[in-house]
Amino acid sequence: MSAAGLSLAGRTRRRLLADPLARASLAVLGLIALACLAGPALTGHAAERIAYDYPRTPPSLAVYPRPETIVPALERLALRMRVRAEDVAVADGTVRLTLASDRPIDERVLTFFSRSDLFGPAAVAARSADGRRLAVTAPVRETRFLLGTDALGRDLLTRILVGGRVSLALGLLATAVALLIGVAYGALAGYLGGAADAAMMRLVDILYALPFIVFVILLVVVFGRSVVLVFVAVGAVEWLDMARIVRGEALSIRRRDYVRAAEALGVSTGAILRRHVVPNALGPVVAYAALLVPKVILLESFLSFLGLGVQEPMTSWGVLIAEGARSIETSPWMLVAPAAVLVATLAALNLVGDRLRAALEPGAA
Amino acid sequence: MALLSVRGLSVAYAGGTALDSLDLALHRGETLALVGESGSGKSQAALAVMGLLPEAARVSGSVRFDGTELIGLPRPALDRIRGARIGMVFQEPMSALDPLFPVGRQIALPLQAHRGLTRAQARARALDLLTLVGIRDAERRLSAYPHELSGGERQRVMIAMALACEPDLLIADEPTTALDVTVQAQILALLADLKARLGLALLFITHDLRLVRRMAERVAVLRAGRLVETGPTERIFARPQSPEARDLLAAEPRGRKAPVPAGAPVVMAARGLSVSYPGRGGLFTRAAPRRALQGIDLALRAGQTLGVVGESGSGKSSLGRALVRLEPAATGLVRFEDRDLTRLDRAGLRPLRRFFQPVFQDPYGSLSPRLSAGEIVAEGLRVHAPGLSARERDARAAEAFAQVRLDPETRHRQPHAFSGGQRQRIAIARAIILRPKVVVLDEPTSALDRTVQRDIVALLRDLQARHGLAYLFISHDLAVVRALADTVLVLRDGREVERGETAAVLARPREAYTRALVAAADLAPEGQS
Repeated sequence: MSAAGLSLAGRTRRRLLADPLARASLAVLGLIALACLAGPALTGHAAERIAYDYPRTPPSLAVYPRPETIVPALERLALRMRVRAEDVAVADGTVRLTLASDRPIDERVLTFFSRSDLFGPAAVAARSADGRRLAVTAPVRETRFLLGTDALGRDLLTRILVGGRVSLALGLLATAVALLIGVAYGALAGYLGGAADAAMMRLVDILYALPFIVFVILLVVVFGRSVVLVFVAVGAVEWLDMARIVRGEALSIRRRDYVRAAEALGVSTGAILRRHVVPNALGPVVAYAALLVPKVILLESFLSFLGLGVQEPMTSWGVLIAEGARSIETSPWMLVAPAAVLVATLAALNLVGDRLRAALEPGAA
Repeated sequence: MALLSVRGLSVAYAGGTALDSLDLALHRGETLALVGESGSGKSQAALAVMGLLPEAARVSGSVRFDGTELIGLPRPALDRIRGARIGMVFQEPMSALDPLFPVGRQIALPLQAHRGLTRAQARARALDLLTLVGIRDAERRLSAYPHELSGGERQRVMIAMALACEPDLLIADEPTTALDVTVQAQILALLADLKARLGLALLFITHDLRLVRRMAERVAVLRAGRLVETGPTERIFARPQSPEARDLLAAEPRGRKAPVPAGAPVVMAARGLSVSYPGRGGLFTRAAPRRALQGIDLALRAGQTLGVVGESGSGKSSLGRALVRLEPAATGLVRFEDRDLTRLDRAGLRPLRRFFQPVFQDPYGSLSPRLSAGEIVAEGLRVHAPGLSARERDARAAEAFAQVRLDPETRHRQPHAFSGGQRQRIAIARAIILRPKVVVLDEPTSALDRTVQRDIVALLRDLQARHGLAYLFISHDLAVVRALADTVLVLRDGREVERGETAAVLARPREAYTRALVAAADLAPEGQS
């Protein structure tokens, strides 16, 4: 039974939190959001750092570099330093070796070590008198790529978490904007009805008729390219559907006796919309909003694909999935990992939406 | 042997028992009335016989039709019996007919399917059937769509469909509840006539015991899923044995309203009040406006009740809405005390609105479903007493609950948790919390059971006496009007037909239309009620 003296929002919150499925879904969403915010600092990789030595590494728990790859990697490094690597020994995460050359060795070549993804900065242990032999120690840089790397050797986990910031912010904010404008506009149009409704909905039709891409390109031309622009563009387009849905509901609600009763009490238009029209139109709104989030996230990837949205080295789930789809044959994890995170998010979101709709029902326990 | 024999029929849902071991027997050519209030299980019984109960229902017991056990009968065998040998007529003919097909086709299709008639034969039979159920101009009506028919005609079509395959048993579930009183009488006469001519057995389900007096040979009274009394109609009416049957018989609203004190001031008056809706024209054509109400004059004094009666479409509700200024299409003069309401705009009207309040017919549609009952009742205070804190508003709501005799503790529940009668009390509480002077009651008791109706009528009379309210009481139910109204105004097609003291009009109606209404209402004699 509903609790005593609670408002609609309070009742709905209570019911929602009493629902184990809703609680679990909210927890999943919270975890994903938290991971996106704090996670990139903890993975040990920078999202945009390119590891030339680890392109397309499959996901695993293993520590890189593998022991058997260290010697060949050192030899490649020596080749680029135009020296020979001799007496290579690996122990306790450190390599010891001697660099040999026919001419004296310039110590500045040692920077090649720190540029490599396998080793840390090298130190000179001993130098021969003629300068042609250099005993060097360098720490092995041990790393893990839990979800593998992309074609450029960037850590996929970090990129997914960083991309999630853009996608979640966009998905939730653009949806919230669409929700706010669409519900207010649609409810007002539907409730007023008649000429006001006709005029307001014609404006919606005109905006509908504007091709989305042309609209975005127009915005880019006027305001320049930025991520904020994607928010504006998506929000400006997506509220139209919402307005239509709410307006349809409001049209039928305004003829109900409880709205008539409120009018007879002299309740102002704003209060009627707030207390009677909007709460009773919320069912389909919640359902549509839950669908809108994934739509917006994928729309962003489309914009980014056209070069109008998020640009390298920044990324988003949509962009990652698009990249993954292109390399599905060589490195399927590039598609699977970001897609799985997106699916988990959307599943949780849809469940929350569904339970929220149930909690809003007047008959809910 | 009985045509239909029901033994120990029980229907249970997860939430509880809807029907508890019902025993009934119905012979060929006999009419059995199944009477009870909403929730008594009478419709459950009909649905169980037809095998139409929802999946969630658990059915036990036995239903034998002409020797065949229907409970647990596989679908194909059941389909050979229902529709063909048992016909059913539902309460709401509009939702039982398919809006996309002409009614002639809807009658003919099952005949083609079940009886193997050709299209032309089925059409001829449909025409016969429509003539049989008394549809005038049946030839033309064959190609009419359901929305082109009146409510009574639709119910006749439903009856024709139920009779199409010449059934032995007709189940009529509240077949007249959605219809006007005069139409109601015609449909009842039609059913009685068909029964006599076709030798049908009729299972007549209703909440209104008075309806069946002239219809049924036997009556079975249900309450809360149990059969409480059964017997010959004469005996039940003369000597009801169970308190339930006595209650149903005595359910007609009793008592009369005390007369208006002399010299009571006129609180609300209307002159030449008209309402017309713009016609539905095309883009460039404009149809003639439809006049819903024409030139009505009236004056309401404090403590007075003006009853407004008429059939649906007579303009009763338009009049009520025009008086409380909910009808933007209204023209003419409406005065409240010394203020001309027709000259005020929305903002000017707002402070006065607390003095005239409406109560609507459908208690399920008039309460905002997502607010708590207390919030609904207190809503007017937000507008008219903005200084009150939430706590004070809540206290006033509790007070209003007590006034309409609802438990104030229940005010935190949402409307769905209340019964129809309780909801109507909430709607009344919402109107009176502002201490209005005029209340427009638009069929406030029509959607309620008779016994609940009686209590609401008593409540309305009590509130009126205590607060000196003036009522405009709109109803098609003359029994309720008789118990509540000082004067009565009869409307037809938006015009005044007759007006006068309630007792005089009901006893000696001058106009034919009023006489038809009074005759159809079949009022209990003055002395008895």
